[in-house]
Amino acid sequence: MSKNWPLWEIFVRSKNGLEHRHFGSLHAADAEMALANARDVYTRRSEGVSIWVVESKHITASNPADNGELFEPAQDKVYRHPTFYDLPDEVKHM
Amino acid sequence: MNNKDLYNYILGIADNSLILGQRLGELCGHGPTLETDIAGTNISLDLIGQTRSYYQYAAKIQGEGKSEDDIAFLRLERDYKNVLLVEQPNTHFGYVMGRQYLFDVYHLLLMQGLANSADETLAAIAKKGIKEVSYHKRFSGDWVKRLGDGTEESNEKMQEAIDDLWTYTDELFDLTESDEKMISEGIGVDASAFKNQYYDEVTALLKEANLQVPEGKYFIRGGKKGVHSEHMGYLLADLQYMQRTYPNMEW
Repeated sequence: MSKNWPLWEIFVRSKNGLEHRHFGSLHAADAEMALANARDVYTRRSEGVSIWVVESKHITASNPADNGELFEPAQDKVYRHPTFYDLPDEVKHM
Repeated sequence: MNNKDLYNYILGIADNSLILGQRLGELCGHGPTLETDIAGTNISLDLIGQTRSYYQYAAKIQGEGKSEDDIAFLRLERDYKNVLLVEQPNTHFGYVMGRQYLFDVYHLLLMQGLANSADETLAAIAKKGIKEVSYHKRFSGDWVKRLGDGTEESNEKMQEAIDDLWTYTDELFDLTESDEKMISEGIGVDASAFKNQYYDEVTALLKEANLQVPEGKYFIRGGKKGVHSEHMGYLLADLQYMQRTYPNMEW
């Protein structure tokens, strides 16, 4: 039975003001069931205030073989890296 | 005992939650999918959590120094006052969801009434339970619709389940002597008063689920008086085994 159900990716917002974060994936027949299942699997101990579900097939992923060109910028161009600023302590979640 | 009617009234409500919770607990690790397995176990835990609150209160009223565990594990079959509906076996997933739904609709109406009880403790337990029970009903009702309105096979199985379970629904609205006394004191909820509302709501969902509403007028009753079906003994054997074999054992 479960092997016929599509896979869904579950995003949960832990509290207001934070962004939705990927929590995991589960199987469900449709979006409504995915929401119900996500509630039971991931948020039963007050872990969240909002859930998004996205069918996994709708996610386009980068290819690990392309990591070099995608994620490794030239390290000698220091001006690209905003490391010269001091963040005040009050700014969280940066 | 300080108030035997109140004690009986509490057990009448709590035993339903305990026995249904035990039934769902039997399915832990055996659900059709990981997700539905967790959902069923969650509902079981909700019900057993509610049961604990009721039994703790009942033990206090009883005033014999007994604990919630004594009430849960050390009574004889005839002393359990749950309705027959909740002790019916886990025949198949559709049956489990049908049983759950037919109980949940009743359960929510009862909790909503009990939240206005003159007894503050019962009102508080009910208020806390309403959110949980609303979710139970949403979950079970959703599955009844999915299976009823699913394939030919799922529709057939769901229909058979509803036809069978239907015969246990009328008992939900029977009033015992203790029920009537508690209603007259503003503590209890008159379940017979929301019987029509119950059947209207269930009928609407069954129609939406492409299921026939059973027309039979023959109903089975007895659980509220302690006269249970043949399944109850096996369920209690499981439930009581640890306390009977190792008296006073604790985790």
